[in-house]
Amino acid sequence: MFALRSIAAPAQRQCFRAAPRATVTFSLHNQRTYATQGKVAAFTGQKDASGNYTVSLIEGDGIGPEIAVAVKDIFAAAKTPIAWEPINVDPILKDGKTAIPDAAIESIKRNKIALKGPLATPIGKGHVSLNLTLRRTFNLFANLRPCRSVAGYKTPYDNVDTVLIRENTEGEYSGIEHVVVDGVVQSIKLITREASERVLRFAFQHAQSIGRKKVRVVHKATIMKMSDGLFLNVARQLAKEFPDIEFDAELLDNTCLKMTTDPLPYNDKVLVMPNLYGDILSDMCAGLIGGLGLTPSGNIGDECSIFEAVHGSAPDIAGKGLANPTALLLSSMMMLRHMGLNDYADRIEKAAFATLAEGKALTGDLGGKASTSEFAKAIIAKL
Amino acid sequence: MLSRNSSRAAQRLLRAAAQPAQRLNMARSFASVADEQPIQTVQSDIFKPTKYGGKYTVTLIPGDGIGAEVAESVKTIFKADNVPIVWEQIEVSGIDDATTKGRTEAAFAESVASLRRNKLGLKGILHTPISRSGHQSFNVAMRQELDIYASISLVKNIPGLKTRHENVDLCIIRENTEGEYSGLEHQSVPGVVESLKIITRAKSERIAKFAFSFALANHRKKVTCIHKANIMKLADGLFRGTFNRLAKEFPQLEANDMIVDNASMQCVSRPQQFDVMVMPNLYGGILSNIAAALVGGPGVVPGCNMGRDVAVFEPGCRHVGLDIKGKDQANPTALLLSGTMLLRHLGLDDHANRISNAVYDVIAQGKVRTRDMGGVATNNEFTRAILESMEKAL
Repeated sequence: MFALRSIAAPAQRQCFRAAPRATVTFSLHNQRTYATQGKVAAFTGQKDASGNYTVSLIEGDGIGPEIAVAVKDIFAAAKTPIAWEPINVDPILKDGKTAIPDAAIESIKRNKIALKGPLATPIGKGHVSLNLTLRRTFNLFANLRPCRSVAGYKTPYDNVDTVLIRENTEGEYSGIEHVVVDGVVQSIKLITREASERVLRFAFQHAQSIGRKKVRVVHKATIMKMSDGLFLNVARQLAKEFPDIEFDAELLDNTCLKMTTDPLPYNDKVLVMPNLYGDILSDMCAGLIGGLGLTPSGNIGDECSIFEAVHGSAPDIAGKGLANPTALLLSSMMMLRHMGLNDYADRIEKAAFATLAEGKALTGDLGGKASTSEFAKAIIAKL
Repeated sequence: MLSRNSSRAAQRLLRAAAQPAQRLNMARSFASVADEQPIQTVQSDIFKPTKYGGKYTVTLIPGDGIGAEVAESVKTIFKADNVPIVWEQIEVSGIDDATTKGRTEAAFAESVASLRRNKLGLKGILHTPISRSGHQSFNVAMRQELDIYASISLVKNIPGLKTRHENVDLCIIRENTEGEYSGLEHQSVPGVVESLKIITRAKSERIAKFAFSFALANHRKKVTCIHKANIMKLADGLFRGTFNRLAKEFPQLEANDMIVDNASMQCVSRPQQFDVMVMPNLYGGILSNIAAALVGGPGVVPGCNMGRDVAVFEPGCRHVGLDIKGKDQANPTALLLSGTMLLRHLGLDDHANRISNAVYDVIAQGKVRTRDMGGVATNNEFTRAILESMEKAL
């Protein structure tokens, strides 16, 4: 790494080195705990005196507050043992870097769990996206993206039910780039054994916990023999620890082709892959079922986990009560399951999907006329 | 210099990719007015292949998997139409089985030499083994060696072949020689691997210029740059910046850009919005597969690789098909249509029209189709049906 840089050292090179290095040391440290800890990223939050778990709530920008209200109402109606702690993550500059306020960090660290609405990333001015900042601050190494067809919303694809897990801290998004000479840029894709092992272990354990028998690694090791090859080899080794899970690997090209042709064979598998492929494929899967407004997402870390809606903040319809809270609601279901509150999650999810399938109280983006609160009320009525 | 050549190469594609004004109303939009406005003819081109004894010599590399079978169909059909082409067939394989028929550097060198000499090739896909580093993909090596920098995949619904999406008509132009496929990787310490993605201004400029010229020559309206510049600010930023700069030189074309994850989402939900797309290497691999799946899979998507001196035509969605090798189930459409692109590249439009019309006829009738198109016919039966259709059309 250093040798390479010194050969190539030009005056203009630009590296963002801090983040990936932090990642590596952190994971080295973590690796030791795996053997004793058993489960990667297990939820360790405690109930408070009144028997509730406290969850940090980042309402977000634009439509964020409205859809957060819908989720809170539904949770209250279902009597989930959750107390919300709203926090503010408006970015501040700390030593010249984008950072989130200390109060927010403390809240999430204390509660070990957070639910987050859409955040608008300020464009220009060299702001690192807040999402990225959160991911780095809490070392959220895995991004969990299930996509399930919504019965009330017709797309060219039916009965999609995919689960994708994406490595979230390194790979192509390591942020290590530099200009070698003017007009020649090197961007480094970083793959480490530690980070790979961590996310792969999470993938196998997640497959067990959601009752899927197959884990598939998506890679491009024909071309990137060493980097993707390492990811693949780690997966092969780890697979031996999980004899009850069937493991295989598939070339990225084939996955793209087959998933778009017919996504059904992927309904019994958990897919796990490096950063960039995961980014592209998880959004593609969202496209199969009708877009980001219907897909939940979870960012899983050892210390804490953040569940979020990945769609935009839609400033054009903000405050009008037109927004669709489905993505945030489904993310909160994932959160409940992560906390072991499966019964509540199942109940709310059933009501939500029934409401969507019925099609009477859909929001504008799904072709209905209902407002955010009407949609929430319809779900509550079904609880 | 780079750019002048790339624009010239792109203009050649007018002939290469142009579809005839067909009876079936099949004409691809980019070619529908080709006859009225010939922008550049083969005669004026710099790398016109030589004709010996009234025939062109073209390198044929069947490739691995289904390659041999579909190449046989192409040869049979071309022969039936008396196409003035002599094939120089080179057997190269990427499969590492330690036999003389397997992967050898000698065969690879021979194929590269042959392509250099003939300047034209029709190629199947070569297998790339996963294991054992140091074995570079022959496909990638060939593109780098011959500097065939632009890969073009033509993705369009074939009439009669029903898929989940309709009115898809897009064209993916992919940088072929750098990016993530640079092959530069190293292990800093055990368990830490770095893989370099290289983006250069010269090559970004070349491919962007090619894309714009291609769009112009083929009467397309819009060019979309696909990138991930929000994360890879320098590398993809350079690619996008170069694209935007060049876009100003082509005010008659609409130019926009889109982030690759959004593009793949849009591709499966609303593919009709895309026209010409230009992108670095890896994204091209991903999107050409997604797009191919929209119109019926790798069996029906033709493509080519253009360089300054050499043009190699190969299926636009690169799949080896080892699983159905030797079962006579392969769909030769992709290689056949790539072959007709080659014929148009040579100015042999009559031959190209007859062959592609017959292919489209057989598919549209729907009686004889290979498995990937929902039929039960074998490759042989499908080929015979095309031959019959050509005979009837005479």
